[in-house]
Amino acid sequence: MKILELKNITKKFDGITANDSICLDIEKGEVHSLLGENGAGKTTLMKILFGMYSADGGSIRLNGKTVVISRPSRAIGLGIGMIHQHFMLVDRLSVAENIVAGCEPRKGVFLDLKKARKNVRISGEKYGFRLDPDAKVENISVGEQQRVEILKALYRNADILILDEPTAVLTPQEAEELFAIIKKLKSDGKTIIFITHKLKETMAVSDRITVLRDGKKVDTVETAETSPRKLAKMMVGREVILRVEKPEKPPGKAVLTVKDLSAFNPVSRLGLKKIDLTVHAGEIVGIAGIEGNGQLEVEETIMGLRAIDSGSITLDNQDISRCSTAQRRKLGMVHIPSDRFRRGLLRSRSIEHNIILGSEWLRPFAKKGLLSFPAIESYSRRIIDEFQIRCPGSKETVDTLSGGNQQKLVIGRELSRNPKVIVAAQPTRGVDIGAIEYIHNLLLRMREQGRAIILISAELDELMTLSDRILVMYEGKIIAEGPHFAESELGLLMAGSKL
Amino acid sequence: MIGRKTYIRFSDLINSLIAIAIALFLGALLISVSGYSVANAYESLFTGAFGSFYNIAQTLLQMIPLIFTGLSVAIAFQCGLFNIGAEGQMYWGALGSAVVAIAFPEAPPVVLLPISLLAGAAAGGLWGVIPGYLKARSGAHEVVTTIMMNYIGIFATTFLLRTFFREPGPIDQTRMIPEAARFPELIPYTRLTWAIFVGIGVILLLDLFFKKTSLGYDLRAVGESNGVAEYAGINPKKMIVISMLLSGMAAGLAGSTMVLGVLHRFITNFSPGYGFVGIAVAVLGRNKPWGVLLAALLFGALEAGGISMQLFAKIPMDLMTIIQGLVILFVAAPYLVQRVWQKNVTISVCRDD
Repeated sequence: MKILELKNITKKFDGITANDSICLDIEKGEVHSLLGENGAGKTTLMKILFGMYSADGGSIRLNGKTVVISRPSRAIGLGIGMIHQHFMLVDRLSVAENIVAGCEPRKGVFLDLKKARKNVRISGEKYGFRLDPDAKVENISVGEQQRVEILKALYRNADILILDEPTAVLTPQEAEELFAIIKKLKSDGKTIIFITHKLKETMAVSDRITVLRDGKKVDTVETAETSPRKLAKMMVGREVILRVEKPEKPPGKAVLTVKDLSAFNPVSRLGLKKIDLTVHAGEIVGIAGIEGNGQLEVEETIMGLRAIDSGSITLDNQDISRCSTAQRRKLGMVHIPSDRFRRGLLRSRSIEHNIILGSEWLRPFAKKGLLSFPAIESYSRRIIDEFQIRCPGSKETVDTLSGGNQQKLVIGRELSRNPKVIVAAQPTRGVDIGAIEYIHNLLLRMREQGRAIILISAELDELMTLSDRILVMYEGKIIAEGPHFAESELGLLMAGSKL
Repeated sequence: MIGRKTYIRFSDLINSLIAIAIALFLGALLISVSGYSVANAYESLFTGAFGSFYNIAQTLLQMIPLIFTGLSVAIAFQCGLFNIGAEGQMYWGALGSAVVAIAFPEAPPVVLLPISLLAGAAAGGLWGVIPGYLKARSGAHEVVTTIMMNYIGIFATTFLLRTFFREPGPIDQTRMIPEAARFPELIPYTRLTWAIFVGIGVILLLDLFFKKTSLGYDLRAVGESNGVAEYAGINPKKMIVISMLLSGMAAGLAGSTMVLGVLHRFITNFSPGYGFVGIAVAVLGRNKPWGVLLAALLFGALEAGGISMQLFAKIPMDLMTIIQGLVILFVAAPYLVQRVWQKNVTISVCRDD
């Protein structure tokens, strides 16, 4: 029985079609994957279903009746719940308070917290969640926060649950637990829509899969009748080689050495604790870990963006721990930041402006402090061509580019500076499969050319294929180091357990 | 998508014009509710601003200090700072220019006028650098410090005036500055001087500065994102100090041109709040140099027209102030205005798919 039918949903943003007449049928009680690359229109479609965007065209039928969902509260009223990629929780409130927020049990004008706690415990037990209703959300793990989000939706009597890239923040083990929860929800008669761009997960968890590409639906298939290879082809529109060739090559001399580095981060109340790390020429050193275990601090202390408490950073036998970011860049260090909007790109400025970011005082882009636009323009054209950045022109603002092309812009800018050391943090985050393949090959080419590369990534596949050595970080420390790890080993180490 | 930039500018202009129209409409309601004739009021407003050669000159005259204070706020904003202190910086500029002009009574005009002008810019700049330095050094929020420094600046200049430079008489003011330090009149008997070209020249320079220089690039990078600027090796603290220096200099020039062009001396409490109107001018001009020029023209016209409205239609100046306030309100709330002419406005900021 069809519980939900989306008919010809169309949505445009500033002339860009995010959803082009998409039809989607969801059966009651199934797990339905919505698969597609970044920018394919998955989240937009679901945000329309959840009432966060209004569609420019099309209709939604729920249980055979046409409904108009103008805002999220309406969607919730109709039994639709959405768990967003970025959790919508109040850190300082308790689990129970978060779950009931918006429809609190009341005693007169007062909040009946006792009843709230009881409700949370009952519904938690029903689905086998172990959650302390009184714990503050800021003190629980990301996996637990996700369960809070799920309970929040269930507490509002959701029959249809939309999960937007739910595994992006989880370890492999936590992801397994999530899949178990999804199965339990399914056996309880809930319908689940699972947004993802990861093929493995799709195959593991879903009954049926709908693939979107460039805002259009490609097809809906039964999971049992398809394969990751077929799905990849549907997503990208051409054959994709999911493996890259990494030639064996002994690394050269040590280029960057980090010794006993400690740095406290007052925001996360965590920091680096005596980190040691050496990168050689022509070597990729991978850093694994669940986000928030010190990777950001490694990235930023090495680039001089964060103060250190003790220890040293040496580049070619020169102590650079007191050098400014500008000096480090001059010495040949480049940086692909983990957060391209907070660090890497001036979003509302043109592509040209972004391509000279960090070089705006250097020849040939500037002479005596005056920008030389002909030089900037021709260089920009070169970078756009060389790194296959798809854009209407170099004067367009960065905002108009897709995530993958924005990332190529950052990578192109940084790798073109003839670097000695490359700090690449999450280089393929939010990037489509085609571009991932391209970026991986670029990094390997840099390795060939003898550059020293630190690769910080949450994608274990990426780390395992590209790295010559992998370090695992946990709570600000490096707890394991070695040339090879199995995925399950990495997962355990990332969760803090010893092998 | 070609020409997206021009599209944005065009929509800015439309939004501003609609904001002005709504403000004038609500102002009309207010005028008629208060028992005055709307037609009469707006006619004398328009005539007062643009009705004759002399009136246009008055509009331009009112414009000059607003150009500079508007630029002052806009410069700081380009670097992500809210300079609420243009008023205080302007007083220092005025005193600086007056003192230097009076100190060299023998100097020829080609020397004395530029030097007095520079002295005003320098004095305003120094007063602007202080909150910039405090922000860079300790993170003291510039809104708080600049507001406070307005009081200090206004009273400190008055104190210096009374202690060292006061001309004997009933009013706290300096002697008249020498002829050589005065801006020549552009149109006889209108008090409009060549100072307006200094304003346009500074706009031209700033436009080039922000578009074509590495330093201007760095300032704007800090204004857009501290994090990105740091990443690129730009020192945000240095840029904050520099932008407050430039911002203070522009505000100082507002005082200088008042002293050297209109008042011909420093007088205590000479400003009706040019520094604060400058904030509105910058907002309306979208913090762009040429936008500031257009916005200053509007506010100059409202000011000049308001005077004639009071004189001939006997409508109190306060109503003019309310209309000015309404313009700012609607400009500052672009969403409201966009609703009027764009059907589908997506409020949501996140579009991450």
